[in-house]
Amino acid sequence: MKSLRIPRSPKVLLGMGILVFFLLLTIIGPYLAPDDPNDTLFLPNTGPSAHHWLGTTSLGQDVFSQLLVGARATMIVALLAGLVATILATTIGVTAGYIGGKTDDGLTLLSNVFLALPGLPLLIVIDSYLPVGSRSNAFIIGLIISLTGWAWGARVIRAQTMSLRNRDFVEASRIIGEKRLRIMFSEIAPNLLPILASSLLFTVLYSIGAYVTLAYIGLTSTSVWNWGTMLYWAQSNNAPLSGEWYWFVPPGLCIALVGTGLALLNFGIDEFINPRLRLAGLTSKQRRKVGLPRRVRLGLTPVLRQPARTNPAPLGEVTSP
Amino acid sequence: MLLILRRIGLYVLTAWVAVTVNFALPRAMPGNPIQNLIGKIQSQVTPQEIKAIELSFGGSFKHGFFNQYWTYLTQLFHGNLGVSITLGEPVRSILDASVPWTVGLIGVATVISFVVGTFAGAMLGWTRGSRFDTVIPTATFFQAVPYFFLATVMLLVFGSDLHWFPVLGAYSDSVTPGWNWAFVVSAVRYAELPLISVVLSSMAGWILGMRNMMITMIGEDFVLMAVAKGLPRRRVIFHAARNAVLPSIANFSLAIGLVVSGALLVELVFNYPGVGDLLLQAVLNEDYPLIQGIFLIITLTVLAANLIADFIYLALDPRTRTEAAA
Repeated sequence: MKSLRIPRSPKVLLGMGILVFFLLLTIIGPYLAPDDPNDTLFLPNTGPSAHHWLGTTSLGQDVFSQLLVGARATMIVALLAGLVATILATTIGVTAGYIGGKTDDGLTLLSNVFLALPGLPLLIVIDSYLPVGSRSNAFIIGLIISLTGWAWGARVIRAQTMSLRNRDFVEASRIIGEKRLRIMFSEIAPNLLPILASSLLFTVLYSIGAYVTLAYIGLTSTSVWNWGTMLYWAQSNNAPLSGEWYWFVPPGLCIALVGTGLALLNFGIDEFINPRLRLAGLTSKQRRKVGLPRRVRLGLTPVLRQPARTNPAPLGEVTSP
Repeated sequence: MLLILRRIGLYVLTAWVAVTVNFALPRAMPGNPIQNLIGKIQSQVTPQEIKAIELSFGGSFKHGFFNQYWTYLTQLFHGNLGVSITLGEPVRSILDASVPWTVGLIGVATVISFVVGTFAGAMLGWTRGSRFDTVIPTATFFQAVPYFFLATVMLLVFGSDLHWFPVLGAYSDSVTPGWNWAFVVSAVRYAELPLISVVLSSMAGWILGMRNMMITMIGEDFVLMAVAKGLPRRRVIFHAARNAVLPSIANFSLAIGLVVSGALLVELVFNYPGVGDLLLQAVLNEDYPLIQGIFLIITLTVLAANLIADFIYLALDPRTRTEAAA
């Protein structure tokens, strides 16, 4: 942990915990489901009970099973789209930033166009033209989502690459005759890691929202279970207005939790990139312990190598020549 | 001025991309789109209507590709967006009825969200490390909730359970639409709950961006100088905030796209008679001309909003003006 130097504030730990939980659910969720999510065997519209933890739908399906099974499709599409978008953003951002000139102009224009196009309406237009068969294909949907979500990352990565390209170590590898591709991917890209991570989290967050939204308005196959399809069926059966909260609240809450987890983790990366933000990672109790004032307003931000060490080392050990 | 010209160029290009997507998509799919479309219309189709549909696609497929593309573009310039399959009316007149509702709702929501979020972000940046910091995870949670989900919960709790707000629709049945007092009051009342839900879900981005910039600004010498001069705290905060707000405005294009996308779904939840509600109907009925028309109108509106943000940016940041003069 220490070598990663990621601030271990409660925010980051909480975010990490949430994400690990849902990643586990992605893997084992479908095996945990007590019933088949499509089975219409049960008494419809019953509230939560010992047998059906989250009640049943108006078709008599078990909501809890749908939630567990749906976790996988939702998370996989979000992760896939996020990953593809980040790879796209890195390739385009690093190329534009490093090569510069006309290439940069063209690629910057391209990402600006994609930034200005409203993402969701574009997604809906593309998706509505897809043949029905492709709409159940997680891969295709993921690719289309990534197509609308890469531009922001590319812009940030380009800016950072431009600040790196004239540093000494890059200059040095250029002088010893390294190939351009090698400089781009083994000299510059590793130094972009925090920004890449933040960009990945951001695009996953965007993708999960986009995917769930498409499913909610019925533009993905309604027979593939994900949290958006659950909301779609709940909405089309008027669950919200008839007070069947156990049907539509759990999937929405799960989406919100995953999103919050991603955002919290992103705070940690922000604090890592910009040390001035880091003070916020300490609770006021920790700050008192290390002898900082409760509020630091102006001037330099104190950055602690070891935030809030609980038992300070005895004086004798610190002495060294 | 240079900045504005360059941005206008970008927006024209973006609009052109949107138009081209609309033109190319139907052709990328299997089958003849015009025949597919005519086959889907439930009512009787007159030859004139077929002609109108063909025109909106850029003429019959017998003509060459560029010929079709040219016809398509000229048709767009004349405002011909085709005929809706399900409603049998020109797409343009359908949009004319619903666009004002959406622009009103989203426009007001965006302004409120920006002003309140930026103000809150400035205060949070200034008092960082205080107990107010808990606002950040809370706001993040509200942003992570899908807009339509938050809207659904609010509709349920404040609308149908507590009856604090009227729900479903944009005005009461008892008033006549038009510029009369009763109608305006009713429209405002019906817009409150959708407005609050959009503002709640979109505020976190503004808060966070502003807070982080504010914290960075506080470390700058000019803020220290302002304090050393003995300026009142309010003036110092204002000094720092004026500089910290620039990135927020520069990033407006990203934010507005997200807000519009989310707000469309809020309309859907509240049965608000705007473009979002229309879009869902169009998607359900596979009404392609309507979907495309909506996409185009949303894109153009978003681009116009971006242009306004650019003007504001130019007015606020003197550096962009000197760059143009040099």
